[in-house]
Amino acid sequence: MQKLIKDGQIQADTWTLLAKAEGEAAAVEVPAGQVIIPVAVWHAQKDALQQRTDIGVWLDSDEAADLIGADANRFPVLAVNFPLFMDGRAFSTARLLRERYGFTGELRAVGNFIRDQLCYLRRCGVNAFAFADPETNLEDAVKSLSDLQEYYQAAVDQPLPLFRRRA
Amino acid sequence: MYIYDEYDHSILRQRIAQFRDQTARFLAGDLKPEQFLPLRLQNGLYVQRLAPMLRINVPYGMVNSAQLRKLAHIARHYDKGYCHVSTRQNIQYNWPDLTEVPDILAELAEVGMHGTQSSGNCIRNTTSDQFAGVAPDEMIDPRPYCEIIRQWSTFHPEFAFLPRKFKIAVTGSTQDRAAVQVHDIGLQLVHNDQGEVGFKVYVGGGLGRTPVIGVAIREFLPEEDLLSYLEAILRVYNLFGRRDNKYKARIKILVRALTPEVFAQKVEDEWQHLKDGYSKLTQEEITRAKGFFTAPAYEQLDNAAAQAALDAQAADSVAFGKWLQRNVREHKIAGYASVTLSLKPTGVAPGDITDSQLEVIADLADQFSFGEARTTHEQNIVLADVKKADLFALWQACKTAGFATPNIGTITDIICCPGGDFCSLANAKSIPIAEAIQRQFEDLDYVYDLGDIDLNISGCMNACGHHHVGHIGILGVDKSGKEFYQVQLGGNASNDASLGDVLGPSFGADDMPAVIQKIVDVYVANRTDEELFIDTYRRIGAAPFKEKVYAKAN
Ligand code: HEM
Ligand code: SF4
Repeated sequence: MQKLIKDGQIQADTWTLLAKAEGEAAAVEVPAGQVIIPVAVWHAQKDALQQRTDIGVWLDSDEAADLIGADANRFPVLAVNFPLFMDGRAFSTARLLRERYGFTGELRAVGNFIRDQLCYLRRCGVNAFAFADPETNLEDAVKSLSDLQEYYQAAVDQPLPLFRRRA
Repeated sequence: MYIYDEYDHSILRQRIAQFRDQTARFLAGDLKPEQFLPLRLQNGLYVQRLAPMLRINVPYGMVNSAQLRKLAHIARHYDKGYCHVSTRQNIQYNWPDLTEVPDILAELAEVGMHGTQSSGNCIRNTTSDQFAGVAPDEMIDPRPYCEIIRQWSTFHPEFAFLPRKFKIAVTGSTQDRAAVQVHDIGLQLVHNDQGEVGFKVYVGGGLGRTPVIGVAIREFLPEEDLLSYLEAILRVYNLFGRRDNKYKARIKILVRALTPEVFAQKVEDEWQHLKDGYSKLTQEEITRAKGFFTAPAYEQLDNAAAQAALDAQAADSVAFGKWLQRNVREHKIAGYASVTLSLKPTGVAPGDITDSQLEVIADLADQFSFGEARTTHEQNIVLADVKKADLFALWQACKTAGFATPNIGTITDIICCPGGDFCSLANAKSIPIAEAIQRQFEDLDYVYDLGDIDLNISGCMNACGHHHVGHIGILGVDKSGKEFYQVQLGGNASNDASLGDVLGPSFGADDMPAVIQKIVDVYVANRTDEELFIDTYRRIGAAPFKEKVYAKAN
């Protein structure tokens, strides 16, 4: 089974990610078990999937947090995708899911982000990291979570900016 | 000046350790070059034509003598004995060795300096007026706000991977010396009707391939809301800025695509969620930031007596008089003056400065200006707080050290990017063009008669040399592998900012001094008393200039 980093620990990943399919989102078959589905599939099949508690949703980098909006807390897992690690939209999306829509469950980064972004992602509210690159050394990656330990500005993990904490 | 406390130092130490590790992983092959690229850029490291280039931040241009000595030390030990003041008030080294960069950064950290976010698609060094705090026309000192922005933007977790680089400038004077309208965000400090301090907010200015003058999206933003409002702008940009084409990724393109009104509305909507959050500035924090920029220990001086003595010295020495006229400006405190050290003697690349010159400036700052200096976006250095009584001694020291060239604001005080001599993106050389024009205008009396003229040169359309906003702008262009130069007239970076108009077909390098001479001749023939070049151009338009410059020789 794939592994991921969650809450600073390396763990087995019990969720599968359903890729975006060609064609109609309504026609996509959502398998049984814990599955993270594209947001379009969620919107197209909401009625059928309402009752399932083993459904998560992922947002691509061009899909805004308000596509999930007030629904956020009905999901145990949400994910933000990095098609390229340089595409930084997910940082804003993650903050919005946490700060505007109050999401408290597992928020994971998926796709092509790199280890050197972990610290910032964590600050934006991401608490799980599922690297697309299977070569990634997770033991080493965990270390990057603590690259920076003091911060100037407010973010999810430290809502008080330094100027409100400075002695 | 802002002094780092234990928080600032520990944040910087963590950053250097992180970068040291990233560099080691890159050298060991564990980090791919394309992954290392944005990481090294965010630490100031470019890879250039001949060698890497390292860009060191000088936040809003403020630098003290200890920092100047450290910069000198780095130029001497890790580089070729000189460095370069950039058009964004930063310092650039052109020949560092990649493996030594973490050591350079560690040395800089000792004096509170770094290359953090000096490149890359993130919020860059915030720039400001080099006469902040001392200019007679200043309403509000911008530096405390610049420092607040520096802290907020440094390692901002949400905005480290923006669609493109992002530049903020702040001014607090009636005369804009920070070119705020050609920045991604330009902030003009103002008072409202109740006398409260706030900002007029411009967005979407910028040069480069698509030059744009910024538009005001808010006439008055209360000072407490500075950070939450910036956060709202940046978030809208991060989410909606184009990422498919790097040439269309700047905020100026987004503002235009949405229209300024729609963009402003999106920002306001976003801001409603943020404005009353913890990022709202407290009066304590504003006061704390201001506490670093209080007046130094000025003496009570007799301005009239000091001025009389200066006049006598100027009468004795024509050269000193010229320097006073061009390189010295009024100060808001009686008996003091601000002095610009010219980094533009003929034959030196504009903005270049040697290790020993840096040390001389450090000494002069200690001796004459409370130990502080400022870099300018025109690529010079300012000693802001000099007693008028010390000006003669300071001038003599400047002469010896090579920066007494009395040309500030004139046609030979050229802004010039490194161009084809250093930069891998260049279409043409720019430094030799600057030199040829300086030689053409060697007669100082004539140059003074011409008055203030901004002449700016860029080696390609990226516009590092700000050619679009030069009264006379020169752009290096490539025509089937040969270097040519396009001339633009009528640009302006100050209050009534404007972009230059292309005069016509481009010229070969050898023609440039004569072309600029003809342009100046047309100005001289047409100006009214005291009229500046830019005003004559605006009055008579491009036609007379075209006619003269492109006239058939016969
Ligand atoms: C030597 C290596 C350099 C490289 C590779 C480089 C690269 C670039 C690039 C790619 C742009 C593009 C901007 C755009 O498309 O918006 C740019 C713009 C700019 N660069 Fe440089 N540059 C270099 C040196 C410098 C130097 C020496 C200065 C200052 C003297 C400078 C200051 C600027 C400024 C002010 C802009 C502004 C354009 C704007 O406002 O949009 N750069 N540079
Ligand atoms: S304007 Fe062009 S040539 Fe000049 S420094 Fe910038 S990128 Fe290089």
